[in-house]
Amino acid sequence: MASFLGFAEPEPTPQQVIAGLRATAEGGEDLVQLLSPEGERVTDSRFEPWVADVDVDRLRALYRDMVLVRRADREANALQRQGQLSIWVPLLGQEAAQIGAGRALMPQDMAFPSYREHGVAWCRGIDPTELLGIFRGTDHGSWDPHATRFHLYTIVIGNQCLNATGYAMGQRFDGRVGDGEGETGEATICFFGDGATSQGDVHEGFVWSAVYDAPVVFFCQNNQWAISEPLERQTRVPLYQRARGYGFLGVRVDGNDVLATLAVTRWALQECRTGNGPVLIEAFTYRMDAHTTSDDPSRYRLAEELELWKLKDPIERVRVNLVRTHGESQEFFDEVAAESDTLAARLRAHCLAMPKPKPERIFSEVYAQSSPLLDAQRDEYLAYHSSFEE
Amino acid sequence: MVSGMRQTFALPDVGEGLTEAEILAWQVSVGDTVSVNQIIVEIETAKAAVELPSPYAGTVAELFASPGQTVAVGTPIIVISTGVEGDPERSDPAPPTAEAGAEPTAQPHDTAEGGTKIGEVGPDGRIATLVGYVSGSGTVVRRRRVHRAGPLTAPPPPTPPTVPAAESPVRDAVPLAKPPVRKLAKELGVDLRALAGSGPRGAITRDDVHASARSAAVGGTTGQRRVPVRSLRKATAAAMVSSAFTAPHVTEFLAVDVTPMMELRERLRTTREFREVKLSPLVFTAKAVCLAIRRTPEVNASWRDGSAGEDAEIVFYDRVQLGIAAATPRGLIVPKIRDADTLSLRELAEALGELTATARAGITPPADLVGGTFTITNVGVFGVDTGTPILNPGESAILALGAVKPAPWVVDGQLAVRTVCQLALSFDHRVVDGEQGSRFLADVAALLADPGLALSY
Repeated sequence: MASFLGFAEPEPTPQQVIAGLRATAEGGEDLVQLLSPEGERVTDSRFEPWVADVDVDRLRALYRDMVLVRRADREANALQRQGQLSIWVPLLGQEAAQIGAGRALMPQDMAFPSYREHGVAWCRGIDPTELLGIFRGTDHGSWDPHATRFHLYTIVIGNQCLNATGYAMGQRFDGRVGDGEGETGEATICFFGDGATSQGDVHEGFVWSAVYDAPVVFFCQNNQWAISEPLERQTRVPLYQRARGYGFLGVRVDGNDVLATLAVTRWALQECRTGNGPVLIEAFTYRMDAHTTSDDPSRYRLAEELELWKLKDPIERVRVNLVRTHGESQEFFDEVAAESDTLAARLRAHCLAMPKPKPERIFSEVYAQSSPLLDAQRDEYLAYHSSFEE
Repeated sequence: MVSGMRQTFALPDVGEGLTEAEILAWQVSVGDTVSVNQIIVEIETAKAAVELPSPYAGTVAELFASPGQTVAVGTPIIVISTGVEGDPERSDPAPPTAEAGAEPTAQPHDTAEGGTKIGEVGPDGRIATLVGYVSGSGTVVRRRRVHRAGPLTAPPPPTPPTVPAAESPVRDAVPLAKPPVRKLAKELGVDLRALAGSGPRGAITRDDVHASARSAAVGGTTGQRRVPVRSLRKATAAAMVSSAFTAPHVTEFLAVDVTPMMELRERLRTTREFREVKLSPLVFTAKAVCLAIRRTPEVNASWRDGSAGEDAEIVFYDRVQLGIAAATPRGLIVPKIRDADTLSLRELAEALGELTATARAGITPPADLVGGTFTITNVGVFGVDTGTPILNPGESAILALGAVKPAPWVVDGQLAVRTVCQLALSFDHRVVDGEQGSRFLADVAALLADPGLALSY
């Protein structure tokens, strides 16, 4: 029964399931991997060609990306603990999944994030300081989704799958997909988690994108936990196999392997650009920190599970590969570490200096044009506001 | 909060709307050197145990809270002296200006505030639905409004100053106790408000509750269960007390041979018109009441106290708004059949069926519960012979219908087994005299004993 469902690993014991240890299982025989947790290259004739261009310089760049976003993430997490942010959503452990997917995007592609995609934002050229406003409560996202080709964060679980599907349908209706070589075609990528797969919005997105051949890559970061709910509460089959029921391809990739994620996402985007979308990618990864700063994972999962996943750390395996295969010097790693500390200091300084928004902004930034009714409400509100002592 | 080289760090809200946290353990001592983001303390909130990293680099100058202490969000917990040269490896963070304090929690609290637990009613009357819920008026530190002459006629009485949080072991009306302890107290019938807690900051512990339950048991209260009086029970109690102490009640009893009524019921049941409806003795009683009220309108009336020098008055109603006391899962309610005197027997039966179903489903609209003029309470369904009903407030009479059952009865000087039931009528003696009350009761009984009499009405 287990092999029929695609689980290559032995059946877990009831104790493992109760303790959430099932989530530590390997990704199964269908897991695409190009870099083992020990930093060794894995042969995969299907997906290797998609990263044939990744030489040592590009591997270094991927390493740098991951270290920098992790450092920024840790600094923002600390800022929340110091009362400077209302909440923070950590990405710790999911750097490879996000950098691999983010670096696979072409400039013309469109990305729809959930609220954890700090690494993808980084790849789209959005400075980490731009992310702080949402979490400090001073704005709803300050970047331009059109210019950056990166939609604003979506807090409602799975909702962005509908937006992404609609956008991708538009790309198809506008004739932006289906060119033979796929050089100029457009694709859309939509990020969500394992918990979101239980949402109706994701199901609807799958159905509509399939029947309209929408060029959208559904990129599910299966980090094993939907807040406190383990994957076993979402599905009986591996998530990537769900695509088959909707009539498109699904691939499970090692989400802690930046090379494999880059390769699989490049392939999937190309499928979409050439009119073969949609595609589902399940990036098999692990949320190493809490769901958000309001969450306490020690209440529902064992520390042992985290220790097992630390052995599969997405950054460490690239570092080992750079050292063993390419003879990378310690100097390079020190440089990246210093750069990350500089980024963290810049992030902290920016956060502490963020101006408090003025009360009239609730009126000035909702509608393009004002109206007499809104003007009256604004004046009344500001008069009320100014009736308080300073 | 910034004074020279001394930086004060106040307890932040680490989880969306928390008001306090317990200090678990300090990772630093006075005199220690700390760097930015070095873990300085572990705290536990209603949501999570978390470690707090230092926002400053320097030397620990003061620690304000000790392990085990619960501290309100916004309370300073540590002072760090930052050196003149600072930490060379990291740029010292700019001190937050007053303007930059986007979160209200960074400011010190001046009032005693506590988070409300799930399901509890907060000080503002709202019920907490989230962990760490805090009432709107409770947590946000607001600027005071500039006082202006307003339309208020009288100034509110001065309120006593609130007690600072750190100095009051027991706060407000809601005593400190963890949710499992609250549950235990509820199960054992222990009133937390009557207990002095022995836990940290006066929190009531499991042992305190057990001790209280034991001492109550020694005091001879074994086997008691105390249930807070709420909602419908409370409303019922208030209405009954109000009625019993304002309207002088008189109750009269009459046993009646309802065999002819039951025979009529059997005959009607076989007819097409009544095949589908439930014809209970209550339906006939309702019909008899509506008929009898025509001859004694005093029982379908209200006493109104005169206000401010006016005379009291009695309000007679043209129509009968017939209340039927119904036992529901939530408690006793009295929905009304509107204009019951205009309804035929079949219509009454249908209205009763509908009313009963709605009441049992718990979906009786509030509008159906008010504006009654006469009430019937069918205690007979519980197998009870009779009772002394208490008037529904505002009405002047109520009829209790006892159990309909076979009983020995004298017919033409012979003992016979007949179907008998008891009627009890309570009335407001301010409105209804003994003569009218007796006549009404006798009329109802006569109609049940000989339904043919209805032709004479």
